[in-house]
Amino acid sequence: MSDGLVVDAIESYYGDFKALHGVSLTLKPGSVLALIGANGAGKSTLLKSICGLVSPKAGRVSWRGRDITGLRGAQTVGLGIALVPEGRRLFKSLSVEENLILGGQIGRPGPWGLARLYDLFPILAEKRHQPATSLSGGQQQMVAIGRALMSNPDLVLFDELSLGLAPIVIKDIYAQLPKITGQGMSAILVEQDVTRALNAADQFLCLAEGRVSLSGAPRDHSRDAISAAYFGT
Amino acid sequence: MDLLNTVLQGVLVGGLYALFAAGLSLIFGVMRLVNIAHGDLIVLAAYIAMEVIKLTGLPPLAALVFVVPLMAALGYGLQRAVLNRTLGGDLLPPLLVSFGLSVILQNGLLAAFTADSRKLDAGVLETASVSVGGLSIGLLPALMFATAVAVIAALQFMFYKTALGRAFRATSDDAEIAELMGLDRRRVYAWAMALCLGVVAIAGVFLAIRSNFDPFMGPGRLIFGFEAVIIGGLGNLWGTLAGGVILGVAQGLGAAIDPGWQILAGHVAFLLILAVKPRGLFPRMDG
Ligand SMILES: Nc1ncnc2c1ncn2[C@@H]1O[C@H](COP(=O)(O)OP(=O)(O)OP(=O)(O)O)[C@@H](O)[C@H]1O
Ligand SMILES: [Mg+2]
Repeated sequence: MSDGLVVDAIESYYGDFKALHGVSLTLKPGSVLALIGANGAGKSTLLKSICGLVSPKAGRVSWRGRDITGLRGAQTVGLGIALVPEGRRLFKSLSVEENLILGGQIGRPGPWGLARLYDLFPILAEKRHQPATSLSGGQQQMVAIGRALMSNPDLVLFDELSLGLAPIVIKDIYAQLPKITGQGMSAILVEQDVTRALNAADQFLCLAEGRVSLSGAPRDHSRDAISAAYFGT
Repeated sequence: MDLLNTVLQGVLVGGLYALFAAGLSLIFGVMRLVNIAHGDLIVLAAYIAMEVIKLTGLPPLAALVFVVPLMAALGYGLQRAVLNRTLGGDLLPPLLVSFGLSVILQNGLLAAFTADSRKLDAGVLETASVSVGGLSIGLLPALMFATAVAVIAALQFMFYKTALGRAFRATSDDAEIAELMGLDRRRVYAWAMALCLGVVAIAGVFLAIRSNFDPFMGPGRLIFGFEAVIIGGLGNLWGTLAGGVILGVAQGLGAAIDPGWQILAGHVAFLLILAVKPRGLFPRMDG
C-alpha cells in the first residue's frame, strides 16, 4: 500500500470549526475514487488537506510511503499531487497559455506538455493568447484541468468538474477523462452528480458532516444505501 | 516661454516622483501591502549612499552599484522576517507594522546621523544644462526623468514578459492556488520587496543629489509617491509616471504663482483628479 495514497484519521479545522472528524481512505495507484456528499460535508476540505492547502491538526496523510501531513501546497505539487479547484480559480491576469505554463513550471518530467494538452483540448490552442477568464465556462474548466496536468501529476484531485457547466459540455469533459486517468494516474473525483461520479470511478467514499458515512466499490452497495449515506440518514 | 519652461521642469521632476511611486505600485499590486515606511526607506537609501561614498569615494550615481543590491537584500530580508507575518488577513496589521517601521527608521537615522541635513555632491552634473530652443534643460532633471522611464519600462517588461512577473501576477490573483503551482508566496513577496527597494535605492540617491535630506523627510516623499500612484490608477506602472508628471507640473505651476503654493498645488491637483476620476486616470486593477 505504500505506493498509493493513505489518509489516516485526519482532523481538519477552519479556526475553531472542525470540518473533518477523523477521515480515512486509501487509494491504489491507477484507481479513481468518487468522493461524494452533500453541500458542506467536507469534500473540498479533504482534498485541500491532501494537497496541502489545509493542514490537518491530527491524523496522517502519506503518499507513496512518505508522510506528507502538513506539507505546503508548494511542496506537494513537486511530489506529483495536483488539484483542479472548485470554481476553477484561473489566474485572471494571465492568458490561457500562461496559466498552463505556470502549471508546468515546477518542471516535473512526464507525458504532459503544451503540445499534448492542445491535442486533448484543441480549442485552447486557438484561444491561447486570450485572458483565461474570458473563455466560456467549459473552456475555462479545460484550462483548469490542463493547468493541473501540466505538472505531470500522479494523483489529480478534481473538485466539482461539472459545476456550472452545460450538460453537453460536462459530457465532453467526462469523455476525455479516461484519456487523462488512463496513464496509471490516480484520481479523486468530487461531484454533485452522484451517478456520474460513481460511473467514472472504481471505488467511492461518502462524507456526511465531516465523517465517512459509507465507502467501498460502487457495485457492492445499493443505490438506496448510498443515498442514505449521502444524506446522512 | 516662462510658462513652457515651468511646465518642462515640472515634467522632469515628475520623473523623481514616479521613482518614488513605482515601487509602491509594484508591491501594492503583488501583495496589497500599503507600506507606510516607503518614504523612510528612500531616505535610508540616501544615507546608505552617503556612507558608501565615504568608504569608496565613488560619485553618487556610481555608488548605486552598491546601494541597489544592499537595499534589495534588505527588502528581501525585511519581507521574510517581518512583513510576511502581517499579510494574509486584515489590511490593518501590515499598515500598523509598516507605520512602526517608519518610526523606527526615522529615530534610528536620527540617532546615527543627527538631524543635520545632508546632501550628496554630484559635481558638475548638478549645474550642467543644455539649451534647446530657448528652453534650458538641466542635465540632472533630464537624467532623472530618463532613469524613471527606463526603470518603469524595465518593471513593465519584468511584470508582463518574464517568469518572475508571471509569478507576481499569479500570486496577486490567487495566492492559494499559486502555491499549488510551486510558488511559495512568502518567497514571491520577498522578491517583490527586493525589487521595490532596488528602485527605492535609485530614488533615494537622486533625491539626495537634488536636495538636502534629513531623517524626517520620508513621510513627505511617501505622500508624493502615493499621490502619483493614485493619480495614475492602481496597478498601472506607466500610470505612476503620468501621476508623477502631473504632480510635478502642478507643483511647478503653483510655485510660479507663489513659492509657498508649491506643495499645496500638488495636493490640490491630486484631489481634483480624485474628485473627477476616483479610480485614477488609468486604472488597471479592480479592488
Ligand atoms: N474557508 C473556510 N472557513 C470557514 N469554514 C469553512 C471554510 N471552507 C469551508 N468551511 C466549512 O467547512 C465545512 C466543509 O466545507 P467544504 O467546502 O469542505 O464542503 P464541501 O463538501 O466541499 O461542500 P460543497 O459541496 O458545497 O463544495 C462547511 O461547513 C463549510 O462551511
Ligand atoms: Mg466543495
